[in-house]
Amino acid sequence: MASTKDITRRTAIVAGFGAAGALIYEVNDLTLDPRFGHVFRGVEDWTRLNQRALLAPGQFAREFAPADISPVFKANGTLNPGGDDYNRHVAENFANWRLRIDGMVAYPMSLSVAELKRLPARTQITRHDCVEGWSAIGMWTGVPLRLLLKAAGMAVGAKYAVFHCADNLEGEPAKGGEQSPGQYYESIGLADEFHPQTLIAWSLNGKPLDVAHGAPLRLRVERQLGYKHAKYVNRIEITDSFAKIAGGQGGYWEDRGYEWYAGI
Amino acid sequence: MSSLPESQSNARKPLPTWLAWCWPRGESFYRHRAPVRLAHWINALAILFLLGSGLNIFNAHPRLYWGMYGADADTPFFSIGAYDTPAGTRGITQIGSWQIDTTGFLGWSKYMGAYASRAWPSWLTIPKFQDLADARHWHFMFAWILALNGLAYLVWSLSTRHIQKDIWPTRSDIRSIPQSVIDHLKLRHPAGEAAKRYNVLQRLAYLGVIVLIALMVLTGLTMSPGFDAFFPWLLNLFGGRQSARSVHFISASLIVLFIVVHLAEVMLAGPINEVRSMLSGRYVVPKDHS
Repeated sequence: MASTKDITRRTAIVAGFGAAGALIYEVNDLTLDPRFGHVFRGVEDWTRLNQRALLAPGQFAREFAPADISPVFKANGTLNPGGDDYNRHVAENFANWRLRIDGMVAYPMSLSVAELKRLPARTQITRHDCVEGWSAIGMWTGVPLRLLLKAAGMAVGAKYAVFHCADNLEGEPAKGGEQSPGQYYESIGLADEFHPQTLIAWSLNGKPLDVAHGAPLRLRVERQLGYKHAKYVNRIEITDSFAKIAGGQGGYWEDRGYEWYAGI
Repeated sequence: MSSLPESQSNARKPLPTWLAWCWPRGESFYRHRAPVRLAHWINALAILFLLGSGLNIFNAHPRLYWGMYGADADTPFFSIGAYDTPAGTRGITQIGSWQIDTTGFLGWSKYMGAYASRAWPSWLTIPKFQDLADARHWHFMFAWILALNGLAYLVWSLSTRHIQKDIWPTRSDIRSIPQSVIDHLKLRHPAGEAAKRYNVLQRLAYLGVIVLIALMVLTGLTMSPGFDAFFPWLLNLFGGRQSARSVHFISASLIVLFIVVHLAEVMLAGPINEVRSMLSGRYVVPKDHS
């Protein structure tokens, strides 16, 4: 005779295997189920909190020697934004390109590339990790973002820096949503905004940024994946929430299912 | 049927091997304690999802490199791709200087009735459709489960001395490796008293898979740009992020090899007895026929 304990255990075993079987059998539908999206988002939050707990603000991404630089630095995403506006900027060698800093700041500003180049710069040889799996090492020069943010004076309660870009990456539909203009944008939080390696970069490997790599200005946020490093940046919006911007997830790829915290 | 020398004996005859294989009865003992059983099944499910989602992630950049960097312009030591040839599109798998036509399986395979360019075919990946973002969600969810389950298992089995007593090979185990290899090749399984402990190849295999899972976790973390900033020595340990990615893939392949051998041994040794012992803990000791 099986005891009650045995029956309970048997039920638990059958239930466990049944659930595992259903998980495997329904994996495609579960992937697309918005309710399961909450589970994934919970895991993402958990990962971010763990990495944040480990990562002291001052912890640097590794910097390499000039000999380690990739012979070819792969360009990905938009390779040329095109359009009349951007083409005119290319023809003018970006002489009239402006970087606006606005939103929750005391002193909104608009800077030319020449003005940015006159500010204190940092040069770093770092590894760029694409979410797809490849890596390239390059030498970046640019203005530390924290200098710009200190000059602009962030308002109390301001958290995020949202980077608006000149490129329109169409062809990749937004997850489950109507929004799909495809204008590239990205956002980072305070810990990365004030990190010394976070740059508004204007040079790659000692040369002015070329069009494929984001001319004239791109973001470097070295402790995160490649898609966070917005190219063709023309505006930095300081805000306390990005929920109302585009798809509301904080970035072009975030609106398409990728993690906002791209530390892994 | 005139001469059956031993058939006169009145003693109960042991069950024929085939019957014991599908209907194990007789003396049993408590082989697997509950934490081991639970950890085993959680681990099995996590590894299944990690392998499937890992292949989907691999498909986003189906090339492996050695060193600190590696992208399209760099030379991979392993790649899977689809190429247009005069004979149509072919799936080509490259290992070093070898090129193997793997059309229909690797590089160029059918998905929903039509051929598509994808490194690993849809029937091997999680989810079945190609989506890096979703594959990463599954991967990291089960990575947490694998790591926490593995950590709990290690703490439990080191503190109860399960690893030290049951898995770590003894000196006499090491000396018996050649004999054990011969026994395995002849598909001879231990019976009686000898079946109550893990044999040396089993011990080495279980130890090996523990090391492989630890390697998977460490190389996985090495691929994280955030974690690298915290633990830069991981990059030194594996010789760079792209090497770590390659070690991640090679370790996963070795885990697949372990699973194949593990399942084959379960089938050979008696699947009902083996699976039942991993559910209830009780294992029927195979009779000594010699």
